[in-house]
Amino acid sequence: MTQQVSAKEPTAEQIAEQHIYQQMGVSESEYELICEFMGRKPNYTEIGVFSVMWSEHCAYKNSKPLLRRFPTTGPRVLMGPGEGAGIVDIGDNQAVVFKIESHNHPSAVEPFQGAATGVGGIIRDIFSMGARPIATLNSLRFGKLESDRVKYLFEHVVSGIAGYGNCIGIPTVGGEVVFDESYEGNPLVNAMCVGLIDHDKIQRGVAKGVGNPVFYVGPPTGRDGIHGATFASIELSEESEANRTAVQVGDPFMEKLVMESCLELIDSGIVLGIQDMGAAGLTCSSAEMASKAGNGLELYLDQVPQREEGMTPYEMMLSESQERMLFVVEPKDEAQAQEIFDRWGVICAKVGKVTDDGRLKLLHHGEIVGDMPVTALVDECPVYDKPSSVPAYYINSERIDTLRYDEVTDLGGALKQILASPSVASKAWVYDQYDYMVRTSTAVRPGSDAAVVTVNGTRKGLAMTTDCNGRYVYLDPEVGGKIAVSEAARNIVCTGAEPLAITDNLNFGNPEKPEIFWQMEQAVDGMAEACRELNTPVIGGNVSLYNENAGGSIYPTPVVGMVGLVHDIDHITTQAFKNEGDTILLLGDTKAELGGSEFQTILHGVAEGRPPALDLQVEKKLLASVLGAIQSGLVQSAHDLSEGGLSVAVAESCISGGIGAQVHIETDLRSDFALFSESQSRILLSASPEKAEQLKTYIEGHGVPVVRIGTVGGSNLALDINGKNALNESVEALKQVWKDAIPCLMK
Amino acid sequence: MKFAVLVFPGSNCDIDCYKAVEEIGESVDYVWHTATDLSAYDCILVPGGFSYGDYLRCGAISRFAPVMAEVAKAAEQGKFILGICNGFQILTEAGLLPGALRRNESMKFRCHDTVLKVVNNETPFTREYGKNEEVIIPIAHGEGNYYCDEETLETLKHNNQIVFTYGDNPNGSIADIAGICNERGNVIGMMPHPERAVNTLFGSEDGKRMFTSILKSWRDSHDTASIS
Repeated sequence: MTQQVSAKEPTAEQIAEQHIYQQMGVSESEYELICEFMGRKPNYTEIGVFSVMWSEHCAYKNSKPLLRRFPTTGPRVLMGPGEGAGIVDIGDNQAVVFKIESHNHPSAVEPFQGAATGVGGIIRDIFSMGARPIATLNSLRFGKLESDRVKYLFEHVVSGIAGYGNCIGIPTVGGEVVFDESYEGNPLVNAMCVGLIDHDKIQRGVAKGVGNPVFYVGPPTGRDGIHGATFASIELSEESEANRTAVQVGDPFMEKLVMESCLELIDSGIVLGIQDMGAAGLTCSSAEMASKAGNGLELYLDQVPQREEGMTPYEMMLSESQERMLFVVEPKDEAQAQEIFDRWGVICAKVGKVTDDGRLKLLHHGEIVGDMPVTALVDECPVYDKPSSVPAYYINSERIDTLRYDEVTDLGGALKQILASPSVASKAWVYDQYDYMVRTSTAVRPGSDAAVVTVNGTRKGLAMTTDCNGRYVYLDPEVGGKIAVSEAARNIVCTGAEPLAITDNLNFGNPEKPEIFWQMEQAVDGMAEACRELNTPVIGGNVSLYNENAGGSIYPTPVVGMVGLVHDIDHITTQAFKNEGDTILLLGDTKAELGGSEFQTILHGVAEGRPPALDLQVEKKLLASVLGAIQSGLVQSAHDLSEGGLSVAVAESCISGGIGAQVHIETDLRSDFALFSESQSRILLSASPEKAEQLKTYIEGHGVPVVRIGTVGGSNLALDINGKNALNESVEALKQVWKDAIPCLMK
Repeated sequence: MKFAVLVFPGSNCDIDCYKAVEEIGESVDYVWHTATDLSAYDCILVPGGFSYGDYLRCGAISRFAPVMAEVAKAAEQGKFILGICNGFQILTEAGLLPGALRRNESMKFRCHDTVLKVVNNETPFTREYGKNEEVIIPIAHGEGNYYCDEETLETLKHNNQIVFTYGDNPNGSIADIAGICNERGNVIGMMPHPERAVNTLFGSEDGKRMFTSILKSWRDSHDTASIS
C-alpha cells in the first residue's frame, strides 16, 4: 500500500520513535497492540483514528466492567445500551426513546458552544433511531454562584442550551441546576433528549448489504472539534483553554433541516442503516456501522463535503463538525433519498461503499491513506480493571457525629436561608430562557417534581426528570447511587406516572486514582440495585471521567435521567397545593439524618458524615402506594421531600400553589432536625377533606407510615411542633426570597 | 373554511398552529415556502420559529420566499392573515405591517405566560373577546421588542390598529404593544402565541377565541357574499 502523507504530518516511523501517539492519549501498551492488529506501524491518520476509537469516550475502556453490572433488560425494553439511544415500549405500537450525554469539558472552555452542541448531539442520537424528539432536559453543575467565572459559565451554558433547543423547536422541559464549590472550574453539562417512535420505524446504525452506497448528510466538514473525544477523556488543565479547536460549533437551524429530512427519509422506509456523527465524527460512525453489520467500509474522502481547503484525511476523519449523519440505502433508492435532501436544502453526498473485507479503508487523491481492521477499532480496545481503594475520608466520616451542631432556633430564618440558596431557589431565571412549550404538549412545565409531555392522539403522557445529589454520593457512593435512582422514581411517581427506565450519566473524576474508581464501583452498585428493585432498567447512558480541578475530583455525580408513563392524563399531578381546606399528609418516617443535607451545608458550612439511609423495600412500598392513590383519584398534590427536608417541601407546595398551610408536627426529634432532616422515602400529599381518610387508609394498606400533618389555607405557612409555634411566615415573603435569589446574584 | 399554515425552513410552531385549527374542527394544510398559489385558502397562518435560523435578522430572509408574494396578494384580497412570533417578524419585514421587532430589552429569550389586554376587539381575529378583556397567552421569544417611530405610533393609535398590549411589558415594546393589525384589519401580527393557548391541559385556553373569531368572521363575510 502506498503511504501518502502530507509534509507536516509525521511518518509512521516518527510516530513510533517520538511516541507521538502519547499526545493522542494512546499508551505504550495500547500502541503495541495497535501495531499488532495492523501488522505494521500505523500512519498518522490511522493512529488518529485508533486514538479516538480507543478513547474512554468511545470505548468505555475504564468503565465497561462497571457498566455490565447494570440491569439492562425488562419486559418493556425494546432496545438497551449499544445503539444511539435505548427504547422502551409504551403500548399501542409506540415506544419512548431517550438518552443523556455529557458535554462537560467543552462547556468548561467554551460554555455557549459546549452546551449548545451537547444539546445538538443528544437530539441527533434520538432522531437517528427514527424517533421524533419531543423534549429535552438537562442536568447542570457549577461552582458556587459567587465568582465572575462561575456566573459567566452559568449564564453562557444556559444561553447555549436555550439557543439550540429554542431554535430547533424541541421544548426544554426540565432538569436540575446545582451549585457547589466541588464543581468549580469543571462544570457538568448533561443533556437528555426524549423521543417518540412507532415500533416498526426503529432504526439501527448498521452498514448492511455489501456494495451498497454510504451517504453523508449535513453541512460540510471543517476543522472544528478535532480530537474532541480525546479532549473529553483527559483532565482539564491550563492548556485546555488553548484547545478551543477541540470545541465544536453548533448550528441548530441546520440540525432542524437535517432532522426533518432524515425523519422523512426514515419514514419512506428505504433506509438500511443510519447513525449520527457524534464523538469522533466520521471515524466512529463509519467504524461502528461496519462493525455492527460485520462488514467493511470504504470511504472516498475526496467526496466528503469540506468547508475548508486542503483538509487532510486525518482532519476529516477526526473532525467533530456538527449536524452530520451517515446512512446506507440500496443503489435503487439513491435518487429517492437525494430528492428528499434536495427539497430540504441539505447536502447529501455519496462518500463510500459497504465492503465484505471487514476493513475500514480510506481513499484520498487516488491513494489508500488508511486501512484498518474494523473489529480492532470497535471491539478490541483493551478494557481495564482499575485498582480501587476505600478513600480515607470515607473511613473517617463514619465517626463524624452529624447531630453535634448547636440547635438552630430561628427556624423561619433557616428556612429562608435554604430557600435562598441557589441550588434550592427558583430556577425560573434558567427555564424562562428555554422555550418549554413549543409543540404544545407540555402539560407539566419546569418547576414541579417532573415534567410531563403528552403523547399526541392518545390519553397518555410521559413524565421525565433528571436527578442526582452529588454530596450524598460523595459521602457514601453506594447509598448515594441508590438515592439518585429512588429520588428520580419518587419525582416520576409524584406526577402520576409509572417509572419505566433510566439513562445514566456517570460523571466522575480521574479513574486512575483508586479512590475515584472505588467511588465509581460503589455508586454503580447502588444504582444497579435500586434499578433492579424498582424495575427501572438502564437503557443507555454516557460516562464522563477525568472531571477534575485544582482542588481535586468533583463530587461523584451519576446523574439519573428517568422517564415514566402517565397512563391517563387525568392522573397528572403537581406539587402545588390546590384548595383551601385540603388535608396535608406526610408519608414515611422522619429520622435525625443531617449528613450531606442542605441544612448542614448552609447553616453549618460543612458536608460530612454519612448521607441519609435508604431501604429499597420501604421505597418500593411508598412508590406503589402513592402511584395507586393518584391513579384512584385520591390525591390533589404530591411532592417528594428532598433537599431541605419537610420544611422546604411544604414551602414549595405553598409557593407553587400560591396558598398557605397550617402544619402541626408531633415528634421526639429536636425541632431543627425534624424540619430539615433529609430522611429518604418521604412524600407530601394533599387531599380534599372528604377523601383524606380514604387516602390515609389506602396508604396504610400498603404498609407505609402516614400522618395527617395539617391543612391547606390562608396566606401564611404556620408550622408548630408538639403544639409550640416553630415558624410562621407569609407565603409571599417566602416566595420573594426563593424567587429573587438567582436573579439577584446574576445582576 | 380552509386554513394554510406556512412552513419555512426553520419554522417550528407550524405544528402548534396546525393543532390549534384542528382543535376548532376546521380544515388545515401545511403549505411549503416555495408555494405559488394560495387561492384555496381563506386564512393564512404565518407560524413562529426560527425561519432561516434568524440569520441576518428575524424574518429578513423569509420575506423573499416565493410564498410571500402570494401572502401579499391574499392580504390585498382581504383574506385573513395571522402572523405569530416569527410570523409577526416576517410580516413586518415584508412590509405588510408597520414597525420592527428588536431584541428583548433583557437581551434574553423569555418564555412564560403573559397577561394581554384586548385593546381592539373589533378585528376579525378578536371579536369573540370583550373590549379591554384580560387574557392569558404565553410568549416565547428573544426578539419581541416592538418598535416604530412616533408618527407610526400615532397612526396606529388613531386607526385603532393596536390590538393587544402587555399587562407587564416583558420585552421593552413601545407602548406595551403585543400585537397590531393593518389599517384594513385583515392582517394581524403578534408576539404572544394564541395557538399554544387552546387547551387548559397546557395552561390556558384564552387563545382559542382568536381562531373561533376568524371562523365567525369568515362565516359572516361568506354568508354576506352569498346573499349579495
